[in-house]
Amino acid sequence: MAPHKKTRKPKLAIWKFSSCDGCQLSLLDCEEELLAITEFITIANFPEASRNIMKGPYDVSLVEGSITTPHDAERIHQVRRQSKVLITIGACATAGGIQALRNFKDVKQFVAAVYANPKYIETLNKSTPIADHVFVDFELRGCPINKQQLLEVINAYLNGRKPNTPTYAVCVECKRRFITCGLVAHGPTCLGPVTQAGCNALCPSYHRGCFGCFGPKETPNTAALSAYWKTQGVQDDELLRLFRGFNAYAEAFRKESEAHEK
Amino acid sequence: MKSRTLKVDYLARVEGEGGLLIKVSGKKVSEVQFNIFEPPRFFEAFLRGRHFSEAPDITARICGICPVAYQMSSIHAMEDAFGVKVDGPLRELRRLLYCGEWIESHALHIFMLHAPDFLGYADVIEMAKDHGPVVRMALKIKKIGNDLVTLIGGREIHPINVRVGGFYKLPTKQELESLEEQLKWAVDASIQTIKFTSKLPFPDFERPYEYIALRHEREYPFNEGRLVSNKGLNIDVHEYENCFMEEHVSHSNALHSILKERGAYFVGPLARYNVNFDKLTPTAQDTAKTAGIGKGTNNPFHGIIVRSVEMLYACEEALRIIQNYTIPENPAVEIQPKPGTGCACTEAPRGTLYHRYRLDERGIILEAKIVPPTSQNQKTIEQDLREFVPPRLHLSQEKLTWQCEQAIRNYDPCISCATHFLKLEIKSE
Repeated sequence: MAPHKKTRKPKLAIWKFSSCDGCQLSLLDCEEELLAITEFITIANFPEASRNIMKGPYDVSLVEGSITTPHDAERIHQVRRQSKVLITIGACATAGGIQALRNFKDVKQFVAAVYANPKYIETLNKSTPIADHVFVDFELRGCPINKQQLLEVINAYLNGRKPNTPTYAVCVECKRRFITCGLVAHGPTCLGPVTQAGCNALCPSYHRGCFGCFGPKETPNTAALSAYWKTQGVQDDELLRLFRGFNAYAEAFRKESEAHEK
Repeated sequence: MKSRTLKVDYLARVEGEGGLLIKVSGKKVSEVQFNIFEPPRFFEAFLRGRHFSEAPDITARICGICPVAYQMSSIHAMEDAFGVKVDGPLRELRRLLYCGEWIESHALHIFMLHAPDFLGYADVIEMAKDHGPVVRMALKIKKIGNDLVTLIGGREIHPINVRVGGFYKLPTKQELESLEEQLKWAVDASIQTIKFTSKLPFPDFERPYEYIALRHEREYPFNEGRLVSNKGLNIDVHEYENCFMEEHVSHSNALHSILKERGAYFVGPLARYNVNFDKLTPTAQDTAKTAGIGKGTNNPFHGIIVRSVEMLYACEEALRIIQNYTIPENPAVEIQPKPGTGCACTEAPRGTLYHRYRLDERGIILEAKIVPPTSQNQKTIEQDLREFVPPRLHLSQEKLTWQCEQAIRNYDPCISCATHFLKLEIKSE
């Protein structure tokens, strides 16, 4: 989708559902690029940053957060209707986020554990990604997203091309940086072989195993990784926790964790 | 009697989803609701059954703006449970990381979330058209804070290098020194910021708050100290839950944190400043005095000046730590889990953040409790509005509503943080 007329700046909207605000903050963290961005696009709806809310429709909507309440399950349809392109940003929006850990338990117990007066809490049984509710044009992974990738995606959609974001494993980034393999050097619990790249192998570069911020890579062999971990003495409960992180409800990680549930 | 309703459906320039409802009959405010409709995420519930080592990374996800605060409170609570004390350069590095978060979070709030209110702009981008150099300076300060968090933590949002016992990888002296020049610039820029914020137009508004903050014998507080107030409170952090409680209020099911038998209190920069002025650096003290806020202030709108003073302090403290740094032998002290309970308070940019964990012999979390700053300030915010509105009823609806929003933003509320804890019913007449 190219900008229609040279005189009209495309309108960008940012929407929040259940989340920590970190992914939309990535836009404000583009300190060097922020003012430049606003020369080319109008930030038309960004309540975290502005009192000015312009009416839709919007050329591009960035959606942060997962769907966890009946109200939000309705609201996401309104967002879709006003958006020419809808891009989900972050693990909450693309996989349900850390709050999707409720999906494996009885949510009523969760409510009772946190709130003194559980009957007032309106919540759905599951925390689900946006794509379970409406059509999503592009999913940008990460917990949080990588701000360079965010700029790339915005740029791509405004210029009518496909975003250039990798779907291969963190291992590829790790090898490119000549980082010693953590699976070998620091102990076996690295999710790098099954996790999508995007962080530039951040955790391995800090001498710790990947813990899956960017979710499953394309065609991950999670079973093989689990089998290897078991040969290294990793117990089922630890294995379960490893797959049940910020992308616990992403299909590949969910299935693998369920396979090891007693 | 004439009645009037001020309503903001979706508060802008705060973190998370909240609203505001104020009802006025005649000259009296009959109802104030600082509404929070951010969906609950149940962190305390799903932390049960997780390994202690996962707490810093999981609780960081409560807030994208202040993840370091969650990491710091969680690791200190775990170390308390295991009877471990982290000292020397590792302790200093934790302070340095916190400096980074204070710098980026305060710069964000001062310039991007709050200053536009004082100057009558909808947002910082609009403000940049008339105040270009100030906004460019703001973005540069913010970036330096983020660079500091990134260098030590790995990335600015949800850093990955913090663990119970220390860090995964240590920065070298040379790496830290690479930020020295920028921080020196940021010291000057923070002084400029104090000058800028002290000249903003301030509403005439004061209340006799009880300010609560950590207080440490030697330093301005980040990770350690006793909980001290300007009205005589002085307790060990372990007594937190004996002294504070959550109160049900009749108009809603919100849980407001209160000090037992005393009521609402105030946490955050203004509280830290009023309790710890003597621990600021001489430059920060002098600049603050020149800015006209003295050793303390009871005007919550002065929070924007105090944040600037704290930003200056954080830049100076960061420089001090970098200049004295020698790389420790090990990135972390060894941790042996044992059953028990541990708690900790640290000073998030927005105020005191309390964590408590009960653990079993393998270090699995059996129970977690988290009290973020915004839930502690919520009652004070509502009380402010009750007193702020009546003398200003002559203002137009739009102007008064905007000023009420500005009064809420004094607290830099983080609704994403508070929400695993709070929920208000929105009542309409």
